[in-house]
Amino acid sequence: MILRDLFAVVMLSGVFSLLSAALFVAMDAVDVAFTEAAVGAGISTVLMLGTMALTSRQEKPPTHSRALPLLVAFITGAALLYGTADLPPFGAPDTPIQMHVAPEYIARTPTEIGVPNIVTAVLASYRGFDTLGETAVVFIAGIAVIFLLHQSSRRRRDDENDEEEV
Amino acid sequence: MDHHYILRIISKMLIPPIMLYAFYVQFHGDFGPGGGFQAGVIFAVAFILYALVYGVEKLRKVLPPLIVRAGMALGVLLYAGTGAYSLFKGYNFLDYAALAEPGHAKAGQHLGILLVEAGVGLTVASVMIAIFLAFASRAPQIKDTDW
Repeated sequence: MILRDLFAVVMLSGVFSLLSAALFVAMDAVDVAFTEAAVGAGISTVLMLGTMALTSRQEKPPTHSRALPLLVAFITGAALLYGTADLPPFGAPDTPIQMHVAPEYIARTPTEIGVPNIVTAVLASYRGFDTLGETAVVFIAGIAVIFLLHQSSRRRRDDENDEEEV
Repeated sequence: MDHHYILRIISKMLIPPIMLYAFYVQFHGDFGPGGGFQAGVIFAVAFILYALVYGVEKLRKVLPPLIVRAGMALGVLLYAGTGAYSLFKGYNFLDYAALAEPGHAKAGQHLGILLVEAGVGLTVASVMIAIFLAFASRAPQIKDTDW
């Protein structure tokens, strides 16, 4: 199936995000699922639609052969599938990721932080530095977009005047 | 969008519950799933929905871009300021025990998490609205038939 209508592609990526959110819920990662549903399926779709309104609604037909991208996608997919064969079973308690700092957080959160949601305790307290960095990244991204796309209200008015003159 | 009565009225009814839900996600993040990031996005969605249905110019009147930009910076300032406050109290950076009396570390943690989550929520909501405004202000008015 080849889709050149970008509107349909954006909608499909939103559906994909929503399905991933459902997958995260099934894997008991509700906080991640929440973010995926709000950011991936919600805001991203709207922003991509906004981008499309500025650019084009149709993808240009490719000028070169499609064999190489297909090959790259196939090899990457095969490598990832090969890698998952080595993963421990889902939810196994004796994997390195579960044995490293997670037991500490689980044991110490009720006495040290006292909030029922351990994810929040880790995010805002134990790893407060990380989250400060993330917030700064969001802030910088916002500044960058404003720098790139902002039009002053004076410019906009001038444009409207130009149109009227034409 | 003037003739889409159902869209306009339904979204008008939806916007207050969306905002209320954002506040629930924000302040219930300690107890259930959620937190500043998700709440910020949901809160921004209320304004974006308003702009989609009623037009970007109306949103500019409701929420001047200057306030949005101030919110972006204030959120980071609130977060970093919480950390700086604990520094000045003689604790480590972002050690929320500094926010309460000595011996009440848990109360300090609660307050600290509330403050930094509020900072995250403010920044995320403002940035999302600012990015949407930056995109939408450039786009020419889209007619229904264009889609």
